[in-house]
Amino acid sequence: MLNAPGIDLKRISLLYAGQFIFEELSLQLPAAKCSCLLGPSGVGKSSLLQLIAGILPLAAGEGEITATDGAPLLGRVAYMAQTDLLMPWASVLDNVILGEKLRHCRWRVSKDNKERARYHLQQVGLLDRANDKPDSLSQGMRQRVALARTLFEDKPIVLMDEPFSALDVVRKLELQALTVEVLQGRTVFWVTHDPLEALRVGQAIFVLTGQPARIHYQVEPKESVPRDVRQSNIIALEAELIAALCQRTAGDLA
Amino acid sequence: MLKRSLISVVSLIVLWQGLIWLYHFPPYILPSPWQVGLVWRHGWPILLQQSIPTLWETMASFILAAVVGSVTALILAYFTWARSWLFPWVLVSQALPTFALAPLLVVWLGYGMSSKIVTALIMMFFPITSAFYDGLRRTKPEWLDLAKTMNAKKTAVLWFICFPAALPNLASGLRVAAVLAPMGAVVGEWVGSSHGLGYLMLNANARMQIDWMFAAVMAITVWTLLLYALVDRILKKLVTWH
Repeated sequence: MLNAPGIDLKRISLLYAGQFIFEELSLQLPAAKCSCLLGPSGVGKSSLLQLIAGILPLAAGEGEITATDGAPLLGRVAYMAQTDLLMPWASVLDNVILGEKLRHCRWRVSKDNKERARYHLQQVGLLDRANDKPDSLSQGMRQRVALARTLFEDKPIVLMDEPFSALDVVRKLELQALTVEVLQGRTVFWVTHDPLEALRVGQAIFVLTGQPARIHYQVEPKESVPRDVRQSNIIALEAELIAALCQRTAGDLA
Repeated sequence: MLKRSLISVVSLIVLWQGLIWLYHFPPYILPSPWQVGLVWRHGWPILLQQSIPTLWETMASFILAAVVGSVTALILAYFTWARSWLFPWVLVSQALPTFALAPLLVVWLGYGMSSKIVTALIMMFFPITSAFYDGLRRTKPEWLDLAKTMNAKKTAVLWFICFPAALPNLASGLRVAAVLAPMGAVVGEWVGSSHGLGYLMLNANARMQIDWMFAAVMAITVWTLLLYALVDRILKKLVTWH
């Protein structure tokens, strides 16, 4: 079993075009749980995710991002972006294996890795499309392949940047349930602008608003995930989250 | 497509003949389509025979330019130093007047095929290199971010992401090169040769056989269009993504 650590963000500051996106922002993400970061567009959710992923560099004096087990984060993070980022020239299977090729700079991958990739494709229900090109897949299927690619990376920490925002409601609900199931035991940090998505999958939900952005509200619903978003207590929580989002946004506008 | 091409060709011939009727050009200034047609009818073995060396030069220079252009673009994309040291020379290769350089190449490389191949290579090198290099530089930043989170090696990113992502750009460069290739070979032949369509044109020009000049120009045009169609077809089969 994976030993997934928590993530500790301490006094993170990020300056963009002369303005602070974050100023001394601190946040603790619990280990082996799915944390959702909710916020309006442009608040800096994706930037925060990219800082953790190491895509955006964190300069000295701009805060610290550490794993709670003390080991470095580098090499222990898998990333799933808003778009599927599948390579159109490679087959579905080759897309899943991409990380292995990129790390070792090899055209051929071992039989074990191929088997593992097939297993993850089976998990997302696309084993029969392993040899197809991504262009022949629907948007939902493409996101499933991206999920299989993330699983193949087999990292204790998974960062997800609004991965299903382009999908219709039914596909979204299906994929949320599948993602929660297959990522169990990992520390997941899921960025979304959809309160219902956060309530469906998040074991800890943080609301990021304002400029510079801060965590203005957080909640840890008790029910196990994926939750049924039609339940009355979830609907009540959704109202609270929307209120938290609107309050800050309205305050910023005033 | 075929219908439209046919209409265009017929319109051009009508316009050509119309000009002759209107201005009464003598055959040594502008031969009629009929006269050129007669050259084709009786002289096609000669036109075909002289086409063969030109086609060899064309194919060889095209393949060579594709390899040299691609490798140069990859070097430019991979090594930061190459951008400041090598790129100015890539630009110089395009700034050099090929027509002025061709006689020098004959002096250096002789009357054989190599001087023609190098002349055509210089003409094709820049469009291939610049198109491919441009594609390599414009790899989706999101793909590069993903590779970064996967702890990717720099060489691997070039081979597995940037290279295939830039192939549609390389294909555009190769299409342009396919049109330039026969012209490059003919320019090389003009300067000094003992065979080829360029040699045939020089001879015809010296003897004021303008109908033969026209027939040779048409042969070059037909070969150029056929080469373009062939290259385009192969590339469409190989590079199916954008």
